[in-house]
Amino acid sequence: MEKPWNNKAWFLVLPVIVLVAFSAIIPLMTVVNYSVQDTFGNNVFFWAGTEWFEETLQSERFWAALGRNLVFSFIILAIEVPLGIAVALAMPRKGIGVPVCLVLMALPLLIPWNVVGTIWQVFGRIDIGLLGRVLADFGIYYNYTQNPLHAWITVIVMDVWHWTSLVVLLCYAGLVSIPDAYYQAARIDGASRWAVFRYIQLPKLKHVLLIAVLLRFMDSFMIYTEPFVVTGGGPGNTTTFLSIDLVKMAIGQFDLGPAAAMSIIYFLIILALSYVFYTVMTQTGRDRETGR
Amino acid sequence: MGRARFSWIVPTLYIIFLLLPIYWLVNMSFKTNQEILSIFTLWPQNPTLANYRVIFTDPAWYNGYINSIIYVVLNTVISVAVALPAAYAFSRYRFLGDKHLFFWLLTNRMAPPAVFVLPFFQLYSAFGLIDTHIAVAIAHCLFNVPLAVWILEGFMSGVPKEIDETAYIDGYSFPRFFTKIFMPLIASGIGVAAFFCFMFSWVELLIARTLTTTDAKPIAATMTRTVSASGLDWGVLAAAGVLTIIPGALVIYFVRNYIAKGFALGRV
Repeated sequence: MEKPWNNKAWFLVLPVIVLVAFSAIIPLMTVVNYSVQDTFGNNVFFWAGTEWFEETLQSERFWAALGRNLVFSFIILAIEVPLGIAVALAMPRKGIGVPVCLVLMALPLLIPWNVVGTIWQVFGRIDIGLLGRVLADFGIYYNYTQNPLHAWITVIVMDVWHWTSLVVLLCYAGLVSIPDAYYQAARIDGASRWAVFRYIQLPKLKHVLLIAVLLRFMDSFMIYTEPFVVTGGGPGNTTTFLSIDLVKMAIGQFDLGPAAAMSIIYFLIILALSYVFYTVMTQTGRDRETGR
Repeated sequence: MGRARFSWIVPTLYIIFLLLPIYWLVNMSFKTNQEILSIFTLWPQNPTLANYRVIFTDPAWYNGYINSIIYVVLNTVISVAVALPAAYAFSRYRFLGDKHLFFWLLTNRMAPPAVFVLPFFQLYSAFGLIDTHIAVAIAHCLFNVPLAVWILEGFMSGVPKEIDETAYIDGYSFPRFFTKIFMPLIASGIGVAAFFCFMFSWVELLIARTLTTTDAKPIAATMTRTVSASGLDWGVLAAAGVLTIIPGALVIYFVRNYIAKGFALGRV
C-alpha cells in the first residue's frame, strides 16, 4: 500500500491546479478584496478593515438566515437518513427490480434544480396543482405562498423528494457489499430481523452513512435554487436561507462589502465542516485497511 | 434471511412519491393552457403536442436546449481529461503537499456557488468570456474537477501497481501505457466520473445563468422566461421541464449498472 515518493507527480496534477486555481482562487481573492474595502461608486475603493465582518456578525439578518438554514438542515437530515435506510433495506437485491428501482430512484437527482423548483411550485398550487387541489378538496387549507409553515413544509418535502434517493443509493451500495456469510451466521444463531439490522447492517453502513449525512448536511447548507424558485425566500423572509440572502445582497442590492464579508464567513463555516468530513473519511479509510 | 414478504411495499410507495410530481408535469405538458387553468383532469382531455411544437420551432427555446448540452459536454470532457493524470498521481505517488492539495480540491466541491456568483461574473467579464459556452464549462470545473479526481482516484487505487511496473519494464512510455493499457482498465471508472460530471453540470443553474445572457443561455434559465414574459404559459413551461428530464433519464439508463458501484466507492 505504501506509495513511492515522487515529486514529479506534480506535473500530472498541474493541469488540475491551474484550472481550479483559475476558477477558485482568483474569485476568492476578489471576494477577500471586497470584504475589506468600501466604495462610494465609480470604482473608487478605500480600506475599511474588518468593518464589514463586524457588521455581518452583529446583524440580525445574518444570524436569522444562519439559524433558518441550520434548522432546515437538521429537519431534512432527520427525515432523509432514516427514510433512505428504510427504502434501501427493502429494495430488491437481484432480478429485474434492481435496475428499475435504481433508474427510477435516481431520476430526481438528474433534474435541473430550478426545474425541481418549478415541478413543486406547480404541484402545490391550489388552482392547477395536483397536491394543492387534492388538499383543498379534503378541506385542508394549504397555501405555500402565504403561510410560512406551509412554505416550510413544501420546501422540506421537496428536498426529501429531491435528495433522499442519494441516501438510498449510498446505503444500497453499502448493503450489497455485505458478504452473505454474515447473514448465514445470523440465521444459524436465530437472530431477529432487528438484531440483523442492529449488529450486522448498521455497523457495515457506518461508513456510507457518514458520507451521506455530511454530504446532505453540506449541500442543504448551500441550498439556493429550489427554494428560491418555489417561495422566492418568502413569505416575508421565512424561507430565506444563507445562499438566497447572499445572492440577494450581492446581485440584488449590490452591497459588495457586506456580501463579501458574509461570503467569507459562510465559506469558513463550510471549510471547517469539510475538514471534519475529510478527517472522518480518511480515518474510516484507514480503519478499513487495517481491518479495524 | 427472513426478509418480510411485503418488503416491496416501501420501495413502491417511495417510487410513487417520486413519480407523482413528475407525472403531473408530464400530464400538464400535453394540455392546453385553457384546460390547465379551467378544469381539473388527471389525464389530458384533448392531448395536444402544441406545447412541444412551440419549443421545437422557437429558436429561443431549442437553442437553450442545445446550449445546455454544449457546455455540459464540454465540461465533462475537460473535467475528466484533466482529472485523469491528477488522479493517477494521487493514487500512485506521494509528493510534497499531496494531502493538503487533495483537501483543497475537496473544499472546492463543497464551496457554495452563491459565494462565487459575483466574482465569477467579474472574472469572466474581464476575459470577455461572458455569454460563451466555454465560460460556463470552465466555471463548472470548480466542483466537477475535484469530484472527477476523487472518483477516478478510487477506481485507480483498485488497479494493482504491478501492472504499471510490468508495462514500464516492457518499454512502454508513460503516455502510451496510460492510454493503451491503463485507461481501458478503468473504463467503468471513467464512465462513472463522466456520469457525475454530466449530472452536476446539467443540474446547476445559478452559475450558468449568471454567466450567460442570450447566446449561451441554458434551457433551465430560458424556462424562467415563460413566467415573466408571456403571462405564465404553463403548458410550455411543463413541456420544457419534461424535456430537461429526458437527457438525465437517458444517461441514468446507460450507466444503470455502474451507478451502484460509483456510489459504493462513497466518492460522491
